[in-house]
Amino acid sequence: MTSAVIQAAGLSKRYQRGAPASSGLLRDTLARALRAPWTVFKREKPETFWALKDVSLEVHEGEVLGLIGRNGSGKTTLLKILSRITRPTEGWAEIRGRVGSLLEVGTGFHPELTGRENTFLSGAILGMSKQEIVRKFDEIVSFAELEKFIDTPVKHYSSGMYVRLAFAVAAHLEPEILLVDEVLAVGDFKFQKKCLGKMGDVARAGRTVILVSHQLNQIRRLCDRTVWVDFGGVRQSGPTAEVVSAYESAMTSPERGVGAAHADTRARFLSWKIVEPTGSLPHRLDSIGPVAVSFQLEVRSPIRHGHQGIALFDAERRLMWAFSNEDLTLEPGLHSLIYKFPFLPLCPKSYNWQLSLWDEKENVDLWEAIPELQVAIPNYQHALDEWNGSLNLPSEFHVSHEKG
Amino acid sequence: MASATSNPSATGALANRPPGSLTLRIEPPRNWFELRLNELWTYRELLFFLVWRDVKIRYKQTVIGVAWVIVQPLLTMLVATLFFGKLAKLPSQGLPYSVFCFAAVVPWTYFSTALLAATNVMVENQRVITKVYFPRLILPFSAALSGLVDFCIGFIVLLIFTFAHGIRPAWTLVLLPLFLLLAVFTVLGVGLWLSALNALYRDVKYLIPFIIQFWTLASPVYYSSSMVPERYRWLYGLNPMAGVIDGFRWALTGTGHPPAASLFASVGIVGVAVLGGLLFFNRMEGSIADRV
Repeated sequence: MTSAVIQAAGLSKRYQRGAPASSGLLRDTLARALRAPWTVFKREKPETFWALKDVSLEVHEGEVLGLIGRNGSGKTTLLKILSRITRPTEGWAEIRGRVGSLLEVGTGFHPELTGRENTFLSGAILGMSKQEIVRKFDEIVSFAELEKFIDTPVKHYSSGMYVRLAFAVAAHLEPEILLVDEVLAVGDFKFQKKCLGKMGDVARAGRTVILVSHQLNQIRRLCDRTVWVDFGGVRQSGPTAEVVSAYESAMTSPERGVGAAHADTRARFLSWKIVEPTGSLPHRLDSIGPVAVSFQLEVRSPIRHGHQGIALFDAERRLMWAFSNEDLTLEPGLHSLIYKFPFLPLCPKSYNWQLSLWDEKENVDLWEAIPELQVAIPNYQHALDEWNGSLNLPSEFHVSHEKG
Repeated sequence: MASATSNPSATGALANRPPGSLTLRIEPPRNWFELRLNELWTYRELLFFLVWRDVKIRYKQTVIGVAWVIVQPLLTMLVATLFFGKLAKLPSQGLPYSVFCFAAVVPWTYFSTALLAATNVMVENQRVITKVYFPRLILPFSAALSGLVDFCIGFIVLLIFTFAHGIRPAWTLVLLPLFLLLAVFTVLGVGLWLSALNALYRDVKYLIPFIIQFWTLASPVYYSSSMVPERYRWLYGLNPMAGVIDGFRWALTGTGHPPAASLFASVGIVGVAVLGGLLFFNRMEGSIADRV
């Protein structure tokens, strides 16, 4: 038996609810201190929640561990604690070996700097020594296929080039333990495959990897063992095949796993899939084109004057779009609710549908659709991340010369 | 974020690890005095890269690049010479007013820009902070250090300028780096507090221009500290930048008076500020990563 390189016991993390970036004003704090000095010490308790509660974990040397779970289930928090970005509120973890974490592609990239300069900067931020970067520099550049542009500022790169370089740097990190969050979900598909291959090499070289991903086929391909995180705790842990299929069936079964203790049994949403375009994976959108999405609804007793709501959120829980259909009559039986869109200008990320059904008085069912919607549409936006907005819209550009 | 101790019980495969393999222990923050300053040394290469990045970007973004670093203090000095030297006829310790003033503007420019940079450094690096671990303390340090490159360029111009006025540096010049060091620590002593506060409270940034303006007037940049009435001198001496500037001027030109007793007070004050800043920053560090 190999020894545990990561050992965690009772890890918990509490966050303040609704305390976004630097929301406070020093002015207010000072004013309060002047008016009622004792309150500074008797801090009023803001509303808190546990993003992670009592998670224990053991990862052995050379193991590739997958972390799955819905958005907001706590897997990223767990990864952030293990990579020391944030500290736990309770519990402890011990890590033996050099840790590299990859929570974002292009960490530390600066648009004004050239590809070469960014390689050094990002490499150093990710934990490589200068010597290491010098040694691997040519390899990184050829992996990214950017030999000709390495001395161009990255602000002139296309988004594809940017991602390739960023990933190439990250892929050449050689820590003993690598923590990866969802980063393989970006970039074009061909390059993603190349990166997956590289990740596989890393795993075969005997290094320990923890991989967070929504793409279950990636987890299946790369991970020996998988931990399913739900509501901040470990729901199930074991061989990948077992856990992933348990997760999948829980997410699509009528019981819908935890939190399904719903009193109203008149109707419930069961599953969803993309019905147009056909041929691709049922929960992945590859092209912007006409899209039709079908939601299965089981109705047990008739619904009169119902209204049905639909909302689409991104991974940060920002509302992308919502709609409601009024005055529905639904007879018992299975229904497919089909929404057709001429196009869905979504960025290549993951999204969540939320479906609801109401009768005249009350809520009949509220469903966080599972699995998530994976969007793999090419990015039609600006080459620079900071100029990427919520809409992934292709555009045409003409210059017409008027007289004068 | 976690303490690093050498692996106490290397067993099995772990025994084959290269030396330097560490066991990290990740725990909730416990006490105020867990500073982990040794980590600054471990991450010195990253500190270098961050300074290098700041300098690179600064010179890439401005069209006139290096020239700006020279023109800015030079213009400040010219305007001050015109109004304070020629019109107000402020005394200048027997030096030409332009030299008197320029010898202060160069270290002062370093101080004010570095303080501003240190205040903003946590906010500007938000993204990196939430995505990867390194000792956060590196960021205010990098801000304090990256200003030194500008300072060096300004200092060369200053040397040429004093030479052109026929002033030959005395032996006191060897003491000049000490005053610069005091300036760097003053930046840290204030910057550590402000960088953490700025990340937590969004109104701190409105305070900075005021602090800097106030501090300029409370320092002997445009006037001689000998103009301060004797009985308020001790109060004036509490401002470490007064010691830095008087000392800098004295070390460069050999005229004026070496700041004596007040300098020790300055060192003491800066020492306390840096230590307090380290503790405060360390305490707030956790909240910063969670709130941004």
